[in-house]
Amino acid sequence: MAYSLTVNGKAVSADVDGDTPLLWVLRDTLGFVGTKYGCGVAACGACTVHIDGQPMRACQIPVESVGAAKISTIEGMAAHPVGKKVQAAWMELDVAQCGYCQAGQIMSATALLAKTPKPTDAQIDEAMNGNICRCATYVRIRAAIKRASGQKEV
Amino acid sequence: MTYHDLKANRREILTSVGAGGLTLAFSIASKAEAQDDTVKPLNAYVRVAPNGKVTITAKNPEVGQGVKTMLPMLIAEELDVAWEDVVIEQADSDPKAYGRQFAGGSMATPLHWEELRRVGAVARAMLIQAAATAWNCGPGDCATVPGNVVHKPSGKKRTYGSLAMACANVTPPDPKSLTLKDPKTYNIIGKPKAQYDVAKIVTGEPLFGIDVRRPGMLYATYEKAPVFAATVASADLEAAKSVKGVRKAFVVEGDPKAMSPGPGNIGQGLMPGVAVVADSWWAARKGRDKLNIKWNDHPTSKQSSKLFAEQAKAIAAGKAQRTARNDGDVDAALKASAKTVEAAYAYPFLSHANLEPQNCTAEFKDGKLEIWAPTQNPEPGRQLTAKTLGINPDDITVHMIRGGGGFGRRLANDYMVEAAWIARETGAPVKLLWTREDDMAHDHYRPAGFHFFRGGVDAAGNVTAWHDHFVTFGEGTTMAPSAGMSAAEYPARFVPNCRLEVSTMPLGVPTGPLRAPGSNALAFVMQSFIDELAHAAGADPLAFQIKLLGDKPTVGEPPAAYGAARMRGVLQAVGEMSGWGKTKLPMGEGMGVACYYSHLGYFAEVAHVACSPEGAVKVKKVWVAADVGSQIINPHGALNQVQGSVLDGLSEALHQAITIEAGRVEQSNFTDYRLMRISEAPAVEVKFLKTDFPPTGLGEPALPPAIPALTNAIFAATGKRIRSLPITPDMLKA
Ligand code: FES
Ligand code: FES
Repeated sequence: MAYSLTVNGKAVSADVDGDTPLLWVLRDTLGFVGTKYGCGVAACGACTVHIDGQPMRACQIPVESVGAAKISTIEGMAAHPVGKKVQAAWMELDVAQCGYCQAGQIMSATALLAKTPKPTDAQIDEAMNGNICRCATYVRIRAAIKRASGQKEV
Repeated sequence: MTYHDLKANRREILTSVGAGGLTLAFSIASKAEAQDDTVKPLNAYVRVAPNGKVTITAKNPEVGQGVKTMLPMLIAEELDVAWEDVVIEQADSDPKAYGRQFAGGSMATPLHWEELRRVGAVARAMLIQAAATAWNCGPGDCATVPGNVVHKPSGKKRTYGSLAMACANVTPPDPKSLTLKDPKTYNIIGKPKAQYDVAKIVTGEPLFGIDVRRPGMLYATYEKAPVFAATVASADLEAAKSVKGVRKAFVVEGDPKAMSPGPGNIGQGLMPGVAVVADSWWAARKGRDKLNIKWNDHPTSKQSSKLFAEQAKAIAAGKAQRTARNDGDVDAALKASAKTVEAAYAYPFLSHANLEPQNCTAEFKDGKLEIWAPTQNPEPGRQLTAKTLGINPDDITVHMIRGGGGFGRRLANDYMVEAAWIARETGAPVKLLWTREDDMAHDHYRPAGFHFFRGGVDAAGNVTAWHDHFVTFGEGTTMAPSAGMSAAEYPARFVPNCRLEVSTMPLGVPTGPLRAPGSNALAFVMQSFIDELAHAAGADPLAFQIKLLGDKPTVGEPPAAYGAARMRGVLQAVGEMSGWGKTKLPMGEGMGVACYYSHLGYFAEVAHVACSPEGAVKVKKVWVAADVGSQIINPHGALNQVQGSVLDGLSEALHQAITIEAGRVEQSNFTDYRLMRISEAPAVEVKFLKTDFPPTGLGEPALPPAIPALTNAIFAATGKRIRSLPITPDMLKA
């Protein structure tokens, strides 16, 4: 069946089974491959997207449950007032190693800063703990969040 | 976007300088010509466009270690071009043009430091010669500033872009004849450069193997037996095909050679399984769920981690199978020691857990196979694929696509052979993607291992006896991959009475290199036992380590030379950085030190931990002193690698174990195979000592000492000696 979705402010449609996780609809059907697959069980955060501004794991969301909610992906972050600051900080500090987790990291960090413009270390831990970085770039992820929020980095 | 047409649609002057022979290739490529391989210059590293943009080829696979940026920096420096004018292009697998292309052993720096700078220098000399000819002067009258040749007497300038065409008439000089830059004048080397692909990474552009897309592409999933190498008895292919979107479902018999248990066999090729191919990956997975596969029994189904441990203990109770080293008289020295210690150490199998699960895209057309693979080792993959499919390796093109983490896993190419086989059977381009569960169940694991130690110290705190009986996997003298140990393993050669013994047990579990192979386990046991001896001697562990290293600059001959002075240097440095011995710590906290030499790098690390009465471990900080020679090429990447390696080591020690039961891996996902999270990640302070040695690599050597630094810190904090990994709260409790 065809599902009408709003992705990064644009109306799109996907003809898929209703139980297909949003992750695969985004990646394989709609071509938003910035959202990554890491575990499929909500354990790694690589698939993090925003649903009405909330960070969610796209591997856990059947497309039929999305309804009219607005979906944002990493491809939409350059147009997001907070997202673009986060991306800039990520670039300045050269956070990534392999880079595979970083879309999910940026999505979680953007959602955090949108709600909590100057997060403490504890708030960063809480918001980012669901995002694994296998390359363990955590030192720089923390620094980049601080930089994007205009706080001292260490 | 496709990865195919990177080289299309350009009109530029090609000046190429290659590694082997440094031949000059030159052409003006129109769009049509650029697509025609006959004018594509072989051995191409450098192309200069009329607008001055310089395209530099990145020869090695990129899996997060930063070589796609770092290696071109070497060329750009000697070519004397502004980094902003450099365009980096990923090479395909092409050993004729580039020699060996692989990501392993932290070898990119030592192998290319000299060679690629000379590649840049040759290109620069050719541009100078072209300018000198135009100006009718000698090359000695010319110099360069970034992107330009300058006529020194007059101050006239020509851009590289305007000269590239004339390079056609220039014979490339012998690279050895050229004088390289004085490091003091470097503009690029030693300056922090962001990864070339950083913008694509943060905006989510297609970049990884999993992102590859081909016209008409189908998606595949491939189920293999949970018991390694078991073959398919039956599968309900029709049920799978009844799922909407599923195009094909078929059994793959696999290559018997890839399945025989024994050192290095299992998993090294096409393993038996069932493939499901569909319009989307999700449909393929749903089809797979219906397969109801029955597997034949296999001899490896009796294996278990528990049995291995019991077997190792039994072996250690008897006589070792083989003596790898026997210096002095260990037994007599132990008798004469002031203090002796005996201890048994163990570590588990580990998985690589690349965040991007294994995947590969393959397209078989008119007898030719094209492959897009996030591989660390493309050429062996091409050969393996050719052999398995029975086709000519020359009919296979391998595009190296960025991998979402390597850590050694992608040195094997099992996913490549599978994708190629499935694509040929399917008759359409296919992207094979493993599930996370597939990935965890079918790795080439870091082998488990067991060490049985005896050691002795004299009254002055010298180590007088060292005896290690290493029980590992293999058959006779053939070790399972990554399960061996060198007869020069430190502290051998530094202890007068030293016996290293090895016994092997047969194994039917695929094993292979995991970041800092061998060292990632050996550092833990060796450096922990040294720490045990330090405490037995009542000595300060750091002073004890420095003393053990003696007073010679080096011990042994290359390639097994050990830079004792370099190690003493990093130990001293890390002591100063961490305030070793000067910091008064509260109850339950402690600092531990460890050092390790691997991948040509000397590393000493101090960890500061806090342990709770419940047995929780919090790493508060890690200090690292490193000696990787005279030059850090890209400080940005270097620091990232070291910090990541340290945290990777801590993550292994604190959380990770793959256990085998009834021949299968018990863990299935990040829920039961845990990786470190941000809340657990301490600050990691790093200092690079500059020494007079050629620069060496950083992908691995910071990892091994992180683990014993942690376990030694736990001992300092709690008095509990960690002799087996991973660390559990029980080990720390009363
Ligand atoms: S893929 Fe969704 S959380 Fe890992
Ligand atoms: S950068 Fe590789 S997983 Fe995070």
